[in-house]
Amino acid sequence: MKEELFVSGRNLPNIDPQLHVWHWPIPVYLFLGGLSAGILFFAALYVIKNKGKDLPDSYKKALFVPPVALVLGLIALLFDLTHLFYSWRLFTTIRLESPMSWGAWTLLTITPLAFLWAASNIKLLFPQWDWKYDWIKAIFKFWNENLKYIVWLVILLSVILGIYTGILLSAFNARPLWNTSILGPLFLSSALSGGAAVLIFFSNNEEEKKIFVKLSMLLIVIEGFLFTHMFMGFLASNQVQLEAAEMFLGGDYTIHFWIFDVIVGLIIPLVLELIWLRKQNFSLKIVALLLLFGGIMMRFTMVHAGQAARYLY
Amino acid sequence: MRYAMVIDTLKCVGCSDCVVACQTENNVPIGYCRDWVVEAVNGTYPQLELEIRTERCNHCENSPCVRCCPTGASHIVEGGVVLVTHDECIGCGACIESCPYDARYQHPEGYVDKCTFCLHRVKDGLLPACVSVCPTRCMYFGDLEDPNSEVSKLLKKRDYKTLAPEAGTNPHIFYLI
Repeated sequence: MKEELFVSGRNLPNIDPQLHVWHWPIPVYLFLGGLSAGILFFAALYVIKNKGKDLPDSYKKALFVPPVALVLGLIALLFDLTHLFYSWRLFTTIRLESPMSWGAWTLLTITPLAFLWAASNIKLLFPQWDWKYDWIKAIFKFWNENLKYIVWLVILLSVILGIYTGILLSAFNARPLWNTSILGPLFLSSALSGGAAVLIFFSNNEEEKKIFVKLSMLLIVIEGFLFTHMFMGFLASNQVQLEAAEMFLGGDYTIHFWIFDVIVGLIIPLVLELIWLRKQNFSLKIVALLLLFGGIMMRFTMVHAGQAARYLY
Repeated sequence: MRYAMVIDTLKCVGCSDCVVACQTENNVPIGYCRDWVVEAVNGTYPQLELEIRTERCNHCENSPCVRCCPTGASHIVEGGVVLVTHDECIGCGACIESCPYDARYQHPEGYVDKCTFCLHRVKDGLLPACVSVCPTRCMYFGDLEDPNSEVSKLLKKRDYKTLAPEAGTNPHIFYLI
C-alpha cells in the first residue's frame, strides 16, 4: 500500500481534496472562443478562395456570432479571475512561454476584427441602418477595400485562437489528462466543427449546406481519430496518464464522456448528417445544435476531469 | 547563490510547528497554509514504513508556474526563490493548475500566494520561520552553491530524494531518507 495523508489539517479552498480552481466559466470561455475562431476561419477562407467575392448571407449572419460569443466568453472569464482589477496586467507584458499570454493578445487583436466584420454587414439585420459619421464610413470603406488582405490576418489569428484553447490545458505537465499535445489539434478541430455547425444553422442554400455537412462529417471523423490517439498515447504512457485515461474508461467521467461528448456530440450528428445527405427530409438545425452541445460538453468534461487527474508522488 | 532546504525525514515527528510558525510569520489567513505535514505509509502489513515530512513550494529551477504565468507576476529572484508579485497577479489560476505539488493557493484577497522561503527574514540574516522553530531541528536552510554550507554538506553525506523528480521541475527542497 501507499497512502499519504495531510496531518497538519491542510484544506485549501478549491485545491483540497480535489483541485477545482477553474470552474464553469473556463469551459464556456474555451467553447465560445473556439466557436468564434471556427466561424471567422470559414468566413476568411471563403473570401480567400473566392477572391474577394461578396459573402453569402449565411456567412454574414454567422459573422454576427463571434463578437457576441467573444464578449460573453470574456465576461465568463472575468468570473474566474480572483484578482480581477489587475487584469490589465495581461497587456503590459508579452510572455512567449505562457499560452495564456498568447491567448490574451490574440483575443485583443481578433475581437475588434470580429466586431468590424460584423458591423460591416449591419445592413443585413437593419436595412435602414446608416452610419452617422463620416469617419465611421471611412473605416468601413477601408475595411471593404482591404478585406482580401485582412482575411489573411483573420485566418492566422483564428487558427491561433482555436489551437490556443487546447494548448492552454496541454501546457500543464502537472495534470496528466491535459498533458498531451493532441489537445491543440483536438480543440482546433472541435472549434472548426462548431463554426461549421453555425454555418449549417444559418444556411438556406442546399449546395452550401451539403458542403458544410460533408466538412462537418470530416471534422467529426478527425475528432474521433484524435480522441483515439489521445487514449492510445495515455494507455502506452506512465502510471499517471494510465489513471487519467481510466477516468474515461470506467472511472468517474465515463458517462459524461461517452454519452455527452461522443454519442450525443459526435456519433448522432454524424449519423444524422449521413441520412440527410441521402434524403434531405429533415431540418439540419437539430444537427447543428447537437454539434454545438457536444462541443461545449467536451470542454466541460476535459476541464473538470483534467483537474481531477492528479500527479503521483 | 542558490537557496535550498534540506529536511531530515528521520527526525521529523510531524508536530506541525513549522506550519503554525509560517502562518504567524506571514499572516497567512485562517484556513490557509503555505506549508503542511504529510504522513506517508508504504509497504504491506506488518512490513510498514512511515515517513513524516513537511512540504511547501519547492522553488523549482524549471518552474512550471513561472513559465505559464501570463503577466510575469510569478518570477524567480536572487537565490532561485520563486515569488509572486501581488499587484501583477490577475488570479487566473494557471500557476495553481501547473504546480505538481499543489503548493499555491488563492489568497482571500484574490492574488495567488505561497511559500517565499521567508526571504524577508533571510535578507536580515535569519532563517525561514519554519526552520527556526523546528523542535527536532530536522530542517536546514542554506546556499547550495557554497560547498561549506550545512545543506551542501548534508547532501554530500546522506541519501536524499526530491518530490516528483519525474515532473522535471528540479525542485530545491531535499528530503534526507
